Amino acid sequence: MNRLLLNKIVLILSTVSAFIGIGFLFWILITLTYKGLAGVHFETFTKDLVEGGIRNLLVGQFTMALMATLVAVPLGVLAGIYLREYGHGSKFASVIRTLSDVMTSAPSIVIGVFVFAILVDPFGGYNGWAGIVALAIMMLPIIIGTTDNMLALVPKELREAGIALGGSKHKIILQIVLQAAKVGVTTGILLSFARIIGETAPLLFTSANNQFFTMDLTGQFPSLTVSIYNLATYPDEASRNLAWAASFILTAIVLFINLTGRYFTRNKH
Amino acid sequence: MGGKLFRNFSFFSATLSFFLLVGIFAILFTYAQESMHTFGFDFLYTEIWEPGEDDEGGIFGGYIPIMGTLMSTLIAMILATPLAMGIAIFLTEIAPGQIVKPFSIAIELLAAIPSIIYGMWGLFYFAPIVQLLFGGNGVGLLTAGIVLAIMVIPFMAAITRDSMNTTPDVLKESAYAIGATKFEVIKDVIMPYSKGGIIGSIILSLGRALGETMAVAFLIGSVMTVPKVITDPTTSIPVLLANNFAEAQDLEISSMYYLALILFVVSFTVIALAKFYFFGRKKH
Repeated sequence: MNRLLLNKIVLILSTVSAFIGIGFLFWILITLTYKGLAGVHFETFTKDLVEGGIRNLLVGQFTMALMATLVAVPLGVLAGIYLREYGHGSKFASVIRTLSDVMTSAPSIVIGVFVFAILVDPFGGYNGWAGIVALAIMMLPIIIGTTDNMLALVPKELREAGIALGGSKHKIILQIVLQAAKVGVTTGILLSFARIIGETAPLLFTSANNQFFTMDLTGQFPSLTVSIYNLATYPDEASRNLAWAASFILTAIVLFINLTGRYFTRNKH
Repeated sequence: MGGKLFRNFSFFSATLSFFLLVGIFAILFTYAQESMHTFGFDFLYTEIWEPGEDDEGGIFGGYIPIMGTLMSTLIAMILATPLAMGIAIFLTEIAPGQIVKPFSIAIELLAAIPSIIYGMWGLFYFAPIVQLLFGGNGVGLLTAGIVLAIMVIPFMAAITRDSMNTTPDVLKESAYAIGATKFEVIKDVIMPYSKGGIIGSIILSLGRALGETMAVAFLIGSVMTVPKVITDPTTSIPVLLANNFAEAQDLEISSMYYLALILFVVSFTVIALAKFYFFGRKKH
């Protein structure tokens, strides 16, 4: 075949695939906006699921995601610091780094099964804590990965300057290296938060769901995503409309957090 | 001293991911014992999933969900790979500077949409189209595979783009200088240079697709039957777990732990292979 023609065909096909990708994004977003906005009313935010609103679901989902963040962030950042600042170059650090990378892609449903076995089954029922732990397990490796990568971008001259000033290792890490990597690490935390707030599978049989408003983490806990899954499969129109409204709000939250994270690092890439 | 304490805390946190992995494996393995002892490796090719009378005994085989997982992933990979390559080529070699950024962000936003949203959209808007074009009743292997493809495309495209971007300009320019077309530069310079990253991105996406739950739960049909044609409904490991795990008892729940263990080991192996073999230590 004529090589110029072949060249043209490949370039056109590549361009077409890019537009197909964008096409799906817009198709999904337009559908969500169109179906979702129709179901969003003022009462949607002021009533609980039992009365046809999502107030308790939003509070529940955010509570679990925020608590998971509180658990995963210190552990993840510390682990990232160890991998980059203390253990860097060692066999141990490279094994942990690989394992943590693999954990990032571990099937979320399996994490749900694991947490069910250790925190639901032995304690006699679904509870909010189990949901928090499941989400924290999902979040931890992502935070380790971003912290590790962001610390790697800090020039070693900064560390050397700290050493020259006579700073101890942990002071240098906390007051110089981590300060320099602050924006990147925060963005990583935001992006991983955006990821876990939309998770469903790890919550299905850990926190399960609750129709009522509750802050009691020892019992079934309300979840926006689990409710969407339930509502979407109900046959009645009202449930489906609520599922669309909830999906629209969830996606808006996730994309907003995502774009905010990207905005902070806009000059870095 | 504070320094020592800080070091110990960070060391402890670092070991946590190791203990989590070992813990997950150990727990799944322990709870799967009953089923493993009863069915052994026959579990893998037994098509029956039937609880016994009064919840006693019963026969449980993983063939249908295992095949459903593999088939839907295979369909997704066949569809996603060429499209993701096309997108990566478009972003690195074709798109003019000012549109690369908005396109990249749009593709990455596609990756950020929660999987449950893909499931709902797929069920109400995409399944009817599949039904119209290919017959069947809308939900089934094919629908699940296509939506799975849409979900992994942005992920695969982003990693492929990053590895293609590592090709030194000098190499590309030398090829252009001797009269190569853009396609020839892509095929003979960029592809060989970034081969490891590209294959790695495909395998990583495969690992993701294997464990995807919510989107597939809406679309695969969730029935314990062997599909005769590609549009037939069936089930997959994550979907079976999502729908039936909470109500299962005794030997049935043990069989579900067995399935979870299989899924965990397979996706662990696939992802570890991609990370270790294709991405290696290049990053550091």
